Amino acid sequence: MTAYMLLIVSAILVNNILLAQFLGNCPFLGTSNKMSTATGMAMAVTFVMTFAGAITWLVQRYMLIPYELEYLQTIAFILVIAALVQLVEIVLQKTAPALYQALGIFLPLITTNCAVLGVAIINIQKNYDMMETLVHSFASAIGFGLALVIFAGIRERFVLSRMPKVLQGTASGLITAGLMALIFQGFQGLF
Amino acid sequence: MIEAAFVIGGIGAVAAAGLGVAAKVFAVYVDPKVTELLDVLPGANCGGCGYAGCSAAAEAVAKGKAAATLCVAGGDDVAEAIAALMGMTVVKGGEVSLAELGCKYGMDEAHIHFHYDGVADCRAAALVAGGGKQCSMGCLGLGTCVRACPFDALVQGPDGRPVVIESKCTACGNCERSCPKGIIRVNKPSRRFTHVQTTDDCVAPCQATCPAQIDIPAYIAAIGRGDYLDALRIIKEYNPLPLTCGRVCPHVCESACRRQDVDEEININHLKRWAADYEMNVLKEHVLPPKAPPTGKKIMVVGGGPSGLTCAYYLARLGHDVKVIEMMPKAGGMLRYGIPEYRLPKATLDFEIEGITALGVELECNVKMGVDYQLADLYEEYDAVYLALGAWDSRRMRVPGETDFPEVASGTEFLIKRGLDEETPVGKNVVIVGGGNTAMDVARTSWRLGAENVYLIYRRSRKEMPANDIEVHEGDKEGIIYKFLNNPTKIVGEDGHLTQMEVIQMELGEPDASGRRRPVPKEGSEHLLDVTNVFAAIGQSPNLECLDDDDVGEQVERTRWNSVLVDESTGTTSMPGVFSGGDGARGAATAVEGIRDGRLAANGIHMMLTGDDVAVPPNWLARPPKLPGVDEGVDIAKGDRANMRELTVEQRALNFEEVEIGLTEEMVKCEADRCLQCGLICYRGFRSKES
Repeated sequence: MTAYMLLIVSAILVNNILLAQFLGNCPFLGTSNKMSTATGMAMAVTFVMTFAGAITWLVQRYMLIPYELEYLQTIAFILVIAALVQLVEIVLQKTAPALYQALGIFLPLITTNCAVLGVAIINIQKNYDMMETLVHSFASAIGFGLALVIFAGIRERFVLSRMPKVLQGTASGLITAGLMALIFQGFQGLF
Repeated sequence: MIEAAFVIGGIGAVAAAGLGVAAKVFAVYVDPKVTELLDVLPGANCGGCGYAGCSAAAEAVAKGKAAATLCVAGGDDVAEAIAALMGMTVVKGGEVSLAELGCKYGMDEAHIHFHYDGVADCRAAALVAGGGKQCSMGCLGLGTCVRACPFDALVQGPDGRPVVIESKCTACGNCERSCPKGIIRVNKPSRRFTHVQTTDDCVAPCQATCPAQIDIPAYIAAIGRGDYLDALRIIKEYNPLPLTCGRVCPHVCESACRRQDVDEEININHLKRWAADYEMNVLKEHVLPPKAPPTGKKIMVVGGGPSGLTCAYYLARLGHDVKVIEMMPKAGGMLRYGIPEYRLPKATLDFEIEGITALGVELECNVKMGVDYQLADLYEEYDAVYLALGAWDSRRMRVPGETDFPEVASGTEFLIKRGLDEETPVGKNVVIVGGGNTAMDVARTSWRLGAENVYLIYRRSRKEMPANDIEVHEGDKEGIIYKFLNNPTKIVGEDGHLTQMEVIQMELGEPDASGRRRPVPKEGSEHLLDVTNVFAAIGQSPNLECLDDDDVGEQVERTRWNSVLVDESTGTTSMPGVFSGGDGARGAATAVEGIRDGRLAANGIHMMLTGDDVAVPPNWLARPPKLPGVDEGVDIAKGDRANMRELTVEQRALNFEEVEIGLTEEMVKCEADRCLQCGLICYRGFRSKES
């Protein structure tokens, strides 16, 4: 149990996918202008990342390793994740229209998101078993959501402040992201 | 290599097959029309239609919930394309909607509380104590609406206030939704004239004081630009009878004019007359306003006076089917049968009424409710009824001999006869009793008919006279003999003919309920006057007999002054579906008050017919607010008021030519330039003072 707790804390804070591993910066900047968009994106990522972690683990374990095709890992994972997201979208639209309404426009955005792919590959590299993979994927997604929501909260306040024109928009966003990353570096060596 | 291609191809094939199966199994039915509609819609996702984006709008149209004209961004072409797809017809409303800024001055020209260093958004600034401006409804000028406009139709002007580029504005409403103070609005004529001014609106002192609440600074500005038609458009959004009001209105607006603190008030009423005369004398044809699409609702207006005509006019503009019935041979009410020719020529009034009937208002004269029609029948047949019954009964003097001689009559009777072109001979010595405008009209008419001595007997002094100052002044010039502080006590005659009238002197005592000092007779001061005619003009009251003996009419509650009891803000009576206003509800009053009632009642009727609550905001401007004048130390150049040009007294004798001949174009331009273009507290020349 302690191992799982450690896994979770490390995935959320210490090895935060956005601020410690710098994966998924595109949606980090793109969907953080508004809190509502940010929370929607965070939920969609949680959903997809957990699913993708599980399915890529299965692909790796039962297809690539037995046939010694590990060198196809990246392309195979991309293909599988993309198909998975499409499938999830189709199924959701029919079975859970409310959830589809909430996540709908974000799902296509993350079909080949580097954070999703990154977590899938880390799962393999660290030799996690199925349970660890699920926990790590989910926790990484929570970490992603946490960083995104904090970031959106800060950026929403930018409209209330007077800042030089050159810094408005993405420029101040990147600076803020850098400062946040520095803060998250403080978690290094926590364990 | 081959192996890799096969594996990846295999995964791809499996995924594709899986997706294909899923798409079939989990297929959601999408109306093919929605896809087609999406191709037609512009895809701007502006939300101006009220739906969340174009796909939601397409779904609404496909389900038949929205009209073909829903897309505000696409314009006519898109509406036609949608209509073609859905087999609908485009119902076109002739009205154009545009964004409109309701604030006249930017931050540079306003009192400012404090600066918000760092706040770059109006909504944020408004949260902090309502913004920096002292004016609670002034534009904050931080450009939130400019950023909210998806069509680049707004740019920030030099003073921070947004400027609307009309050619780009699609009336999507994003600016209105983003403005925390409701200053920028997507407006169209019908939304403007159904708007009830509230304490949250920027109304200049004159506009707030005008019973009809015409946007006076706006039309004066239009006149200053030389755009007389635009001025007329602005006037007619609150007053459809500017030719009449430009002549007979007591213009209380001028008494509120801020310019009084500098030199003299603006000649507002005659500027209005200029704009109206321009249509009649220069264009010589009616410029009809756009009408909303027809609604199919039928409304009956009983009474063709100023209030009834106004109500009919606005209801017609809202797309309703309106009919007016009038008991006299011609419409106009007291404007025709009370106001003499030299103040308001009948031809002018005819032109004004034509402008209303040309809009599609049906007018039937010589029919009287209670005789030719019963209210109960009208109530049955029409969706709403507006009672504008007027105040046609005259009050009597209650002195001995009042009813004994044919030469003693009421002033209104006399004026009605004149309006009907009947013979109204007067003798040498005419006495008019009363101090209102009717008394003045009768006196000045008698003088024109050749009376040698016209006496006006009023029991109070000149100061208390309710008649317009100009009327008293002109009457003086025409030789009317005012006998203030006098009251008739007896009327005497010989052989059935009037010879003399006994008059008693009065003196002013303690103030009464109306605030005026009560006149008290002076004992023993009675004296006799030789008279040939006596006209009593001491007040008029409504006659509601036509509502008696009628199932519906009986349910319409009266006041204790025997007028119809109404809710002033909407014209509703105690009987749902029956509305009332004008003299019949408020007792004898002015034309412009009738016009106010007419518009508010048209509003009330429209709210009822469209299913809204018939109510106005609680903070509506029922009475003019107290507004500050021109501050000390503000430097405004003085200039003379352009006064009305009029006929000399010699030119007026023995004829009924219109006395006031109008301003000249230069006079009008100068006068319009004098206007301070006030807002609620701002005005031209006003500069910010940090505090």
